[in-house]
Amino acid sequence: MRFVDEFRDADKAHALAAKIAALCEPGRQYKLMEVCGGHTHTIYKHGLEDYLPESITLVHGPGCPVCVIPMGRVDDAMHLASRPDVIMTSFGDMMRVPGSHGSFFDAKANGTDIRMVYSPLDSLKIARQNPDRRVVFMAIGFETTAPSTAMTMLRASAEGLQNFSVFCNHVTIIPAIKAILDSPDLRLDGFIGPGHVSTVIGCRPYEFIARDYGKPVVVAGFEPLDILQSIYMLMLQLSQGRSEVENQYSRVVPWDGNLVPLKAIGETMELRPYFEWRGLGFISHSALKVREKYAAMDAELLFEVPGVRVADPKACQCGEVLKGVLKPWECKVFGTACTPETPIGTCMVSPEGACAAYYNYGRMHRSRVPEAVRAGQP
Amino acid sequence: MCLGIPGEVIELHPEQPDLAKVSVSGVKRLINIGLLADDPPKPGEWVLIHVGFALSKIDEAEAAAAMAFLEGIGQAYEDEIAALRESLIE
Repeated sequence: MRFVDEFRDADKAHALAAKIAALCEPGRQYKLMEVCGGHTHTIYKHGLEDYLPESITLVHGPGCPVCVIPMGRVDDAMHLASRPDVIMTSFGDMMRVPGSHGSFFDAKANGTDIRMVYSPLDSLKIARQNPDRRVVFMAIGFETTAPSTAMTMLRASAEGLQNFSVFCNHVTIIPAIKAILDSPDLRLDGFIGPGHVSTVIGCRPYEFIARDYGKPVVVAGFEPLDILQSIYMLMLQLSQGRSEVENQYSRVVPWDGNLVPLKAIGETMELRPYFEWRGLGFISHSALKVREKYAAMDAELLFEVPGVRVADPKACQCGEVLKGVLKPWECKVFGTACTPETPIGTCMVSPEGACAAYYNYGRMHRSRVPEAVRAGQP
Repeated sequence: MCLGIPGEVIELHPEQPDLAKVSVSGVKRLINIGLLADDPPKPGEWVLIHVGFALSKIDEAEAAAAMAFLEGIGQAYEDEIAALRESLIE
């Protein structure tokens, strides 16, 4: 099944493919990482790799909120949810993430009171409606979602709500990028920067990548042409020997980000000394916890949380996929034991996960557009 | 959950200044606009909504493009709209 010509402005895509191909130095290999799972999804949905010459490889980054949740945290959450006085609330994406003893969905089917919510504000309403129960919000996500949790906590505090708390698993994108840059496994040439995270944090936090590591970064929008345009901008920088942060998505992302959500996060949360990421291991200062001032809303303090570290299932190679060392289909269980219906690893759970994107759009074999095939030829 | 959905602001909440009613593909729901307190959206303007919060203002062309993209991705978008439909924000 081919999706390649489905999207609008296919002519522009072909023109960009030709411009990208023209920038490839003969004999040089390029590895570009798209940090955000939303970008991964667009790339597979639209077969954008078919627009790129063989010498450019797109590496799928860790920017998928549920993909990076380690199994131990799922088990901790499950432990909280199993308390009879607790109502656990969670985003839909999180419901299928497997812990050592099944997922939230499995537990719910067995009678545990776990409710799916669209927004943390929905959890707040559940807390108001159930004053005799303790409502815990399973907070996950990067700087796009952390402000929503923060604002919800501020609201709960203003209302004086006593039975709402947060099991905080928010992570921050910059330390994960740094860990990848410092990883010996992988040599990257540039980054397609996340779009929605950057509406909050802006473009400045990426400057160290350009300055200290000499790699270009282009913050990109989510449409197919946005991504091709961003790849072109990265290739142009590389061909000119530049490494800068550029903003392809300036129509939505302000260079300086948005101070309101940053302040809300800063008011309610602080950095943890370290946090475990699935596949990436422990990364220092890479996640948020509830500030002491809001300890009455910190589920980790209110309840006993086992905090046991659980190794990922042996068969699962999400770690290698998240670091971009393996392509999803190179994993031993891809599409056989591990499918979106019965995921073993987190990358198969979320539509933003690289494995689910590959599985849904079946892109094991590439068929390049003519402009990309001609790369490096006279 | 990581999808940003475009919605048109229909009206601001008369009593709670951080809430607004928006229309997303015809589904009308309350969302929180507190993150845009520095430059609150007005009725008729478009916002990108993320788990019940307006994350940024966008223009109508961007909203149309974002919607076309979302409709193209199928199930994940339908799940998101279904979740929004169930939302209880007040």
